[in-house]
Amino acid sequence: MISVDQLNKSFGKLRVLNEVSIAWQAGKSYALIGPNGSGKTTLIKAILGLVIPDTGVIRVDDVPVDARGRYRTKIGYMPQIGRYPDNMTIGQLVEMMKSIRPDVAETDEDLLDAFKLYKLFDKRMRTLSGGTRQKVSAALAFLFHPPILILDEPTAGLDPVASEVLKEKIVNEKRKGRLIVITSHILSDLDELTTDLVYLHEGQVQYQNTVEELKRETREARLTKAIATLIRQRELIHSVTPTP
Amino acid sequence: MTRVLKYVFYDLLRTRFILVYTLFLWFLTFALFQFDSDAGKVVLSLMNVALLVVPLVSVVFTTIHYFNSYEFIELMLAQPIHRRAVFLSEYLGVASSLVMAFLLGVGMPVALFGAGTAGLALVFSGTMLTLVFVSLAFLSSVLTQDKAKAIGVALLFWFYFSLIYDGILLWVVYTFSDYPLEKITLGLVALNPVDLARIILLLQLDISALMGYTGAFYQKFFGSAAGMLFSSLTLLLWVLLPLWAATRIFQKKDL
Amino acid sequence: MTTFAEARVWVVGANQPVRSIRAAIDLASNGDTIRVRPGTYREGNLIVEKQLHFFGEGWPVLDGENKYEIFTVHAPGGSISGFQFRDTGIASIEDLAAIKMLESTRWRISGNRFDNCFFGIYLANSSHIWIEDNVLTSNAEAEHQIGNGIHLWKCHHATIQNNRVAGHRDGIYFEFVTQSLILNNHSERNMRYGLHFMFSHDDEYHGNTFLNNGAGVAVMYTKGVKMTGNTFIHNWGSSAYGLLLKDIRDSEISNNRFAENSVGIFMEGSSRNQFSQNEFQANGYAIRLQASCDDNAFEENNFRQNTFDVVTNGSLVLNRIARNYWDRYDGYDLDRDRVGDVPYRPVSLYGTLVERMPVAVLLWRSFLVFLLDRTERAVPVMTPENLKDEKPAMRPYDLR
Repeated sequence: MISVDQLNKSFGKLRVLNEVSIAWQAGKSYALIGPNGSGKTTLIKAILGLVIPDTGVIRVDDVPVDARGRYRTKIGYMPQIGRYPDNMTIGQLVEMMKSIRPDVAETDEDLLDAFKLYKLFDKRMRTLSGGTRQKVSAALAFLFHPPILILDEPTAGLDPVASEVLKEKIVNEKRKGRLIVITSHILSDLDELTTDLVYLHEGQVQYQNTVEELKRETREARLTKAIATLIRQRELIHSVTPTP
Repeated sequence: MTRVLKYVFYDLLRTRFILVYTLFLWFLTFALFQFDSDAGKVVLSLMNVALLVVPLVSVVFTTIHYFNSYEFIELMLAQPIHRRAVFLSEYLGVASSLVMAFLLGVGMPVALFGAGTAGLALVFSGTMLTLVFVSLAFLSSVLTQDKAKAIGVALLFWFYFSLIYDGILLWVVYTFSDYPLEKITLGLVALNPVDLARIILLLQLDISALMGYTGAFYQKFFGSAAGMLFSSLTLLLWVLLPLWAATRIFQKKDL
Repeated sequence: MTTFAEARVWVVGANQPVRSIRAAIDLASNGDTIRVRPGTYREGNLIVEKQLHFFGEGWPVLDGENKYEIFTVHAPGGSISGFQFRDTGIASIEDLAAIKMLESTRWRISGNRFDNCFFGIYLANSSHIWIEDNVLTSNAEAEHQIGNGIHLWKCHHATIQNNRVAGHRDGIYFEFVTQSLILNNHSERNMRYGLHFMFSHDDEYHGNTFLNNGAGVAVMYTKGVKMTGNTFIHNWGSSAYGLLLKDIRDSEISNNRFAENSVGIFMEGSSRNQFSQNEFQANGYAIRLQASCDDNAFEENNFRQNTFDVVTNGSLVLNRIARNYWDRYDGYDLDRDRVGDVPYRPVSLYGTLVERMPVAVLLWRSFLVFLLDRTERAVPVMTPENLKDEKPAMRPYDLR
């Protein structure tokens, strides 16, 4: 579904992505993790076409990523921070998103229902809390049954109930065979949601494998612990052999 | 593109700032007409608004809007829609809401009190300068990464065209005052949209300034159909060139 | 000897015993009256060398057929009134006129109409002449095709009153004309000057209007002129002046109105003149004072809505400027004596710049010019330090 081949990106002198190659498949759910500044956000932005790579090719369903963005019909994206025009209402926002994809007849309004956003359709974005805006972002990401879901810190800022609703939705979509990419700092969430793990460090893919394999390697039962062990191991390696 | 534009425009229309700006212009224009029955003098007072305030408001509002909409623009770019369409929707949304504020605030009272061709020139100049400075502000926004820098660059544009350029022009005129400069200065004026708008307005209003041999030369040029076409097209270029440059940069920009 | 008691009246007309004016002139003696009945008279050039009173009844037309001068007068005393003069000849060497008077005295030319005459009324070496209530109109298109409306050369004691002159080269032209009075005339749309005089001392101009003339009014090489209550309005163009003064001395110019002229008053080489109680309104330059002027006084005038109040090409200025009202003055009057407490400098930096570099007019009303003028007013660097009104009036004078 998404293939990234030898992707490089620098911002000035800072090399943010270094020969990143990835092959993500439908039906799987990937946890994209790494410390701050490791290149997670840049990678996601590159896939979405927000960041233009220096070299390397990104294909979504075998279609190269370009400015025209037709390939993005396949992607549902939930940004980390949802900020919308102050005076736009939720209703107008949903209406506008639908008008951009007029060919999708049947929209997925599960989350609009579950978050009771219909009641707030006339509310302006300015008046909404951060949590509510996050719910709006989530609902929009799922609205068009996208085969690919890219969720940047999806549960951050959500109340526990909403957080559970969203997780349940993600699990459901996974079962439907969607490709899901999640970045999150809340590692405990990832345990329930993801099948695979990609660990980025200083712009390089340090580790990618299935969650099960990781657990086996690290001899940890829980993903949180497994990741912590992985990171410790990596740091140990870095301290003795500097990365090329 | 119109799909996004429509909603951007709706949003901006309900912005408090646009409302305040419209009312400010409206009250000012009305008050001036109440205060002075000579439409020519009112237009003369409003000229400073059109030449200084309108560009300033345009650059500052545009830049702030662009950076406040940054996350929204990102989200829109993650949708199946062309980058250029998103960018032009933003441009047209901002430009049309500011132009509308100007037309309602200044154009309407001017039409109501019947300020004639001078009023028409004022409305034309104000509208064109709004478009020019919105273009320039978008250019400064895509050239920089953060709001503070962008506002800085945008204000620099404003400052440059309102003041510094004229200083340079004066210096050139002073240095080469032994040479016939009339035609060269015509070209130099075209390089500054504010100067161009000012001269279009002066020709309608304050003819007394354009006297003497030199004044007569300028009046003859700018007063002719060819001169008017030249100045209008040049102003249009001042709208389109920065917008074209900004669009190109935006298409290749990392967000 | 003929006395007035014996004066006779000759009636000229198609159905009268005397058919032509020429015949009447031949028949008449000094002091006689010639009454001309309505009709068109084509009699070429009429030479008058007697004291006669010509009186037109019902606007008889005297037609010069584009060839002739009509009246050539050389006589002591008489009058011409009620005629319509038309189409004199045009000649570049001879100054053909509807009425020409040579070495004549005590004539009154009143209530006539002059249409398309090369010169209207032409006086040379004459004195004690009254020119009143005449209307002179011409439709010439170029300056060389037309002479002056009322033209006086080497005359004295002339009174020119209530005439209207339009479309001539100069409306009223004086050369070596002294001790004369010019009252309530209206001079409009003349090719060159509405009023033009040289070497014409001790004349008085009052209540005249000079409107929309090609180059306004120009007066030169004269002393002892008094110009009061005149209106100089809308003399517009790259070389037009409300009033151009060149080498004018010991004269008084007061209670006049200068409005909408390219230059209200342009003066060079003029000294010891008094300018007071004048209104300068909406002119390009109210006053252009060349450095060759000294010892003039500008007092109690109103300056309103002029692009530039005063400009000068020099730095040392020996003229007196006091107690004027300047609409640009933004000083204060703490002691409430209606006189501003800080001086006003009528010469702006920008005005000085434009004087040196005319191309700088392009920057008129720009923000830069506003700032420059403000700065210069606070700290004068380029403008003449001593050219200032120490006692600017806080309120405009109520003039006329």
